[in-house]
Amino acid sequence: MATTGLEGGFANAPVQSAQTFRAVLNAMAHPGRIETVSAAQPPLPMDPAAGAVLLTLADHETKVFLAPSVDSDAIRSWLTFHTGAPLVASGAADFAIGHWDELLPIDQYQIGTAAYPDRSVTLVVTQPAITDKGTVICGPGIQSTASLNIPDTALLDFNANRSPLGIDMIMNAGDQLAAVPRSTRLFDREKR
Amino acid sequence: MNQIMQTAETGPSTDSAKAAGGEAYNFAYLDEQTKRMIRRALLKALAIPGYQVPFASREMPMPYGWGTGGVQVTAACLLPDDCLKVIDQGADDTTNAVSIRRFFQRTAGVQTTEVTGEATLIQTRHRIPETELVAGQILVYQVPIPEPLRFLEPRETETRKMHALEEYGLMHVKLYEDISQHGHIATAYSYPVKVEGRYVMDPSPIPKFDNPKMHGSSAIQLFGAGREQRIYAIPPYTRVHSLDFDDYPFEPMRADQTCALCGAEDSYLDEVIMDDEGTRMFVCSDTDYCGGRLEAGHEGQQGDAT
Repeated sequence: MATTGLEGGFANAPVQSAQTFRAVLNAMAHPGRIETVSAAQPPLPMDPAAGAVLLTLADHETKVFLAPSVDSDAIRSWLTFHTGAPLVASGAADFAIGHWDELLPIDQYQIGTAAYPDRSVTLVVTQPAITDKGTVICGPGIQSTASLNIPDTALLDFNANRSPLGIDMIMNAGDQLAAVPRSTRLFDREKR
Repeated sequence: MNQIMQTAETGPSTDSAKAAGGEAYNFAYLDEQTKRMIRRALLKALAIPGYQVPFASREMPMPYGWGTGGVQVTAACLLPDDCLKVIDQGADDTTNAVSIRRFFQRTAGVQTTEVTGEATLIQTRHRIPETELVAGQILVYQVPIPEPLRFLEPRETETRKMHALEEYGLMHVKLYEDISQHGHIATAYSYPVKVEGRYVMDPSPIPKFDNPKMHGSSAIQLFGAGREQRIYAIPPYTRVHSLDFDDYPFEPMRADQTCALCGAEDSYLDEVIMDDEGTRMFVCSDTDYCGGRLEAGHEGQQGDAT
């Protein structure tokens, strides 16, 4: 029996998940800020940062959708062993993992309800790289403006049109991550 | 084979607790499953500023009303190398603050401090420190009643609808009735705010003197209500507007006195009754701020004023 599913988790879960969470918290509180995490070694091609996010936030209470590029037997058994998270179709997911193109269309995900806008998906989007160049964004958590290579600004328009419902995104590349919560806006649109 | 240990991820890990404080607790007391649930709620709370996220609050080894919500938020955020400060109405040395500080010293082994500027995480009951918070700091509020509309509309089903529909007229009626009865907005604490122009939020029972400090703060502000099972948040640099009227603008309020110990003219003051004759003394509510000023050589009237 292959043992790959057993390896690559947190060696010291309480401390490493706390460190990963603080990085995600800081990223979510400061959209556009790039944080570094390390600790998790999920089976390829899943990024260490995406793996660490899942180990920190996913468990049997969260439904996870794996896009085709990360939907392998190795990753399935790794995720199931370490988190126990049920794997579901995109429409039911609390977390959806993959590249931007394969996560489209974005209107297939849960965006919450008027009474409970928090019952919405968090996309964990794997990118070749995260840089502080690209889309100029503003909103809560950003002092004036920030720049981030967001894969598609359509997400920001999607969220702006549905506020306070919407989709939150954690971008990851290698061991880096950045977050774009639904409150983030395109600076060009806001300026008027 | 350190992989074997990963199976214990959902249970208390005695190893990390030993490393942290020598006690048989998981790091920061809570089990990992509970922390994950709280962490998910915190991230959604940051993404929807001012919105109250329901969470499965746990029983804590202290009674409701003693900061069980704040303690759970702090436990979910704490890192082993954090420096923790705990205040109760501004003071570092009152029962609530001392017991929560000791709780995390024992269960997380973190460093603690009384100096606002040294702390990376501050848990507070009913005050915001006088010293301006800086980027990188986290302020965790203990919240008794998170729902600002609760005393106007007791039904949760209705208040949830009111938030969904952005129907906050009732709150303005309440403030208006304050004016018609008292001639001014008499609400002095738990003064309602609107966050990013959307959700009306209870800032916890901080004096309204502290309300302006929430607006555009560089720190991350997290709110935990244990008994009521709600978590909400204000990210840094967020618009926080205290509700008011054009002709009755919001006014922060403080006693028209100076601190008897340090002479501060800009801090929030506590009134202390000195004897049966009605002698009063005003002192800074923020003990760290007052102590810092005393060290810097400032001097008040030492409470001799009668």
